[in-house]
Amino acid sequence: MSEPIPDTILAVDHLSMRFGGIVAVNDLSFVAGTRQITALIGPNGAGKTTVFNCITGFYKPTGGRLRLTREGAAEIALERLNDFRISKQAKVARTFQNIRLFPGMTALENLMVAQHNALMLASGFTFLGLIGVPSYRAAEKRAIDLSKFWLQRIGLLDRADDAAGNLPYGDQRRLEIARAMCTEPALLCLDEPAAGLNARESASLSELLLSIRNEQGTSILLIEHDMSVVMEISDHVVVMDYGVKIAEGSPQHVRDDPKVIAAYLGADEEEAIAVMESGT
Amino acid sequence: MTAAAPDKSPATRAPGIPYILKKALISAAVALVLFSLMIGIRTEAGPTGQLIYWTRFGELFSLVAAVFGGSIVIELARQWLGPPGTRQLIPSSVQSGLAFAGQFAAPALLIFALLVPVIFYNQRYILDLSILVLTYVMLGWGLNVVVGLAGLLDLGYVAFYAVGAYSYALLATSFGWSFWVCLPLAGILASLWGVMLGFPVLRLRGDYLAIVTLAFGEIIRLVIINWASLTGGPNGVSGIPRPTLFGIPLTPGEDGLAAKLGIPFSPTHRIVFLFYIILALALLTNWVTIRLRRLPIGRAWEALREDEVACRALGINTTTTKLTAFATGAMFGGFAGAFFATRQGFISPESFTFQESALVLAIVVLGGMGSQLGVALAAIAMIGGFELFRGLEQYRMLVFGVAMVLLMIWRPRGLIGHRAPTVYLKQAQAISSDLVKEGHG
Amino acid sequence: MDYFAQQLINGLVLGSVYGLIAIGYTMVYGIVGMINFAHGDIFMIGGFIAMISFLVLVSLGLTAVPVILLLVLLVSMAITALYGWTVERIAYRPLRHSFRLAPMLSAIGMSFVLSNFSQVAQGARVKPVAPIITGGYTLHESGGGFAVRLSNIQIVVVLTTIVLLLLFTWIVTRTRLGRDMRACEQDQTMAALLGVDVDRTISMTFVIGAALAAVAGMMYLLYYGLVDFFMGFVAGIKAFTAAVLGGIGSLPGAMLGGLAIGLIETMWSAYFSVEYKDVAAFSILIVVLIFMPTGLLGRPEIEKV
Repeated sequence: MSEPIPDTILAVDHLSMRFGGIVAVNDLSFVAGTRQITALIGPNGAGKTTVFNCITGFYKPTGGRLRLTREGAAEIALERLNDFRISKQAKVARTFQNIRLFPGMTALENLMVAQHNALMLASGFTFLGLIGVPSYRAAEKRAIDLSKFWLQRIGLLDRADDAAGNLPYGDQRRLEIARAMCTEPALLCLDEPAAGLNARESASLSELLLSIRNEQGTSILLIEHDMSVVMEISDHVVVMDYGVKIAEGSPQHVRDDPKVIAAYLGADEEEAIAVMESGT
Repeated sequence: MTAAAPDKSPATRAPGIPYILKKALISAAVALVLFSLMIGIRTEAGPTGQLIYWTRFGELFSLVAAVFGGSIVIELARQWLGPPGTRQLIPSSVQSGLAFAGQFAAPALLIFALLVPVIFYNQRYILDLSILVLTYVMLGWGLNVVVGLAGLLDLGYVAFYAVGAYSYALLATSFGWSFWVCLPLAGILASLWGVMLGFPVLRLRGDYLAIVTLAFGEIIRLVIINWASLTGGPNGVSGIPRPTLFGIPLTPGEDGLAAKLGIPFSPTHRIVFLFYIILALALLTNWVTIRLRRLPIGRAWEALREDEVACRALGINTTTTKLTAFATGAMFGGFAGAFFATRQGFISPESFTFQESALVLAIVVLGGMGSQLGVALAAIAMIGGFELFRGLEQYRMLVFGVAMVLLMIWRPRGLIGHRAPTVYLKQAQAISSDLVKEGHG
Repeated sequence: MDYFAQQLINGLVLGSVYGLIAIGYTMVYGIVGMINFAHGDIFMIGGFIAMISFLVLVSLGLTAVPVILLLVLLVSMAITALYGWTVERIAYRPLRHSFRLAPMLSAIGMSFVLSNFSQVAQGARVKPVAPIITGGYTLHESGGGFAVRLSNIQIVVVLTTIVLLLLFTWIVTRTRLGRDMRACEQDQTMAALLGVDVDRTISMTFVIGAALAAVAGMMYLLYYGLVDFFMGFVAGIKAFTAAVLGGIGSLPGAMLGGLAIGLIETMWSAYFSVEYKDVAAFSILIVVLIFMPTGLLGRPEIEKV
């Protein structure tokens, strides 16, 4: 290795987001480690998806900084990039809380769309592709191979030609992740990937995410409510409530933190400690 | 003793005669009020400039009676058909037969189109009609890129048609350039206009994009009408030269093509020549569109239509994607416009109204957005249908409007109910149009 | 200065007419989220009905102008409202849950039906009407011979508009129907679950919009003295521009936008060029939608992902 791998891939510094009079995120700071799985958890309405939308360029943060440091690349200020550039230049990919596949296109087509930028270059911005030069056809074959690789990984290779809208829910979730991975991201942001999955599907999802971390070396940031998934795969957990961070640390540490328990129970901290100490 | 279950639950009992009569009476009463003044009384500017009127109660009552009768018929038909989907109008054997035949529809149509001038050589009317149909097929294919593939609601397509037509007309009459030189220029100018138009408005969604494109179309028409020094105003441009074959004109004289080939001259030659030009242009549009669909840009257009937010998350520059869709559609519209100008020899702003945009849009939607074959069939049906009303000019647009409403109620997704994927591992399976999104612009 | 004052008056009067039409657009867009492309033609039908009613009443021997005006107003409002109701029932309701292009194309089709219906039914020629209301007041006379005139018809138009606006605002804010309309605007499903008859509420929205457009049509007839079957198209786009300018979904905004468009159109014709006045109006639509899509009084929309 010529360069050391940086410790943190994403540093969130004093991030805040206001909508008119409402403060959705207030002075939030945390780090996500390179090649690690960081979970962002908290009760509903805590502001987690808002943070995601700031990181992935759908909202412009009202304040604070988002520093992305990829291996072998210069630091990027995400708060200054917007829109499609976050995926294209910063190599940050995401999935959505309500699955956003292309339902009228096949699974294979969905994955091919993800490789749009590479293919556009290879097709000479369409003109070379129109004529049919061999270099484009080779690029297209490579794209199909990558798509096949991911379809195989998520177990949908035999359903490659089926319409994405026809796939069962669990398969759609995994397809969305595979599609995000086809953009070859450095940071993968997953918004509630386990929502609506049963226990077996959640276990298989955990396995997939762990293998993505280990084999692709992609850093993962996920929002999740399913604690079994969070506890099993996270290297680092950040807890939010009402737009602020209330705890941060390893999964075990966070699980035992009375503030976190209080937030989830809707009780206050003293009651939570009382409950914990009484052993019930 | 078990209690006997009622043999017909209220939900399945068909509404009886009184219900149908009541509905028909209400419809007739509404019709009476609606038509009482508009049809019952006929006004006209009298000889002295004053407004005079006369009554037409006979027509009023026959219309009301027709509504009454029609309402009964519709109710009966609705009952006979049952809830949507319960009764198959076409038996499944016929349906599968049609599906099988459908595979050959496109090539068969193509072969037929190539042979039309041969088959109908002496029927000038049919040749003219088929040229008109092919022009609209090409326009439909062009707009299909914008609306059908990319899902951008464009109600002002006629603007590109006009730019293409006027570009050729003015370049040819001012500089004397030939059709073949001006054709690509017309396309380029039209697509430039498409980019200029698209750039500020493409962030708009849905209905807003639709009405802005409509406004642009109208602005173009008004500018053409009023900028008389450039465009000839309401009088249009005339004396537009006809296309030549490698510089040889199709005229009766010594230097004409007929003379060169040693065959007797006939005005039909030019019509046939024009037919093959528009056929070639349309086929070019079709070929380019099919190829583009398989390239990343075409896939990006369709992905844009499916879910724009997801596209942005995948690193696709949605603005340039939309612009290319607009520019490509505009270019084909420009080609069609140039052809229109050379075919007519004369153009005026009257040919470029909003009604044209609506007609082309109806063709695209009726065809089943995104389907090339569907658009072609829809163009044939609509333009052919229009021609049937040759004698009844004033009723034409009325029937067109009614047809649009009925078609949207009956088959909002169009004739062709599926989408063909552009890349597949094992087998291309048609995707039902229920799954395909229609795009929000 | 006098010339300007006159254009000001003319512009405000024209703007009142546009505002009445714009209210119909903004209400319908607010409640069902569609642009009613046929609304401009409803305005045109209103004008035709008014014209025919005038003719009939006058030829029946009525001479009292206020009585005629009132009768014509009521008749054209009622009949045009029925047109609005019918259009919604036939062309929009079946498509309410369909995809977006279907109601739009249906509306365009309906627009063609209405404009061609009146062409077929009444002939394609423009119909002139002798001025019903004459006379006016000279407000200011300058030495140059130009006088600022406020005609009686202008007063009638503005007064009618104000009265209707007050009546209508009362309906929206104080009655059950108005509350139902506002509920359906926010969340149709929830409103239905709470017992609001959504179908009826939507129908009433179209009906009220059509009635106001009928008044606009009658005012247009009185003011300009003519109707033609094509007047709905251009007036419709301008009125929609007014609705967007004022902020779509906002009723005071629609009126405000209407006045603004009326003023801009009048000033442009007076000081720049009459031929391009429609171009000016359409360009405003484009500029507003690009730079101020929520209009003057509208609410900004945040996209949720």
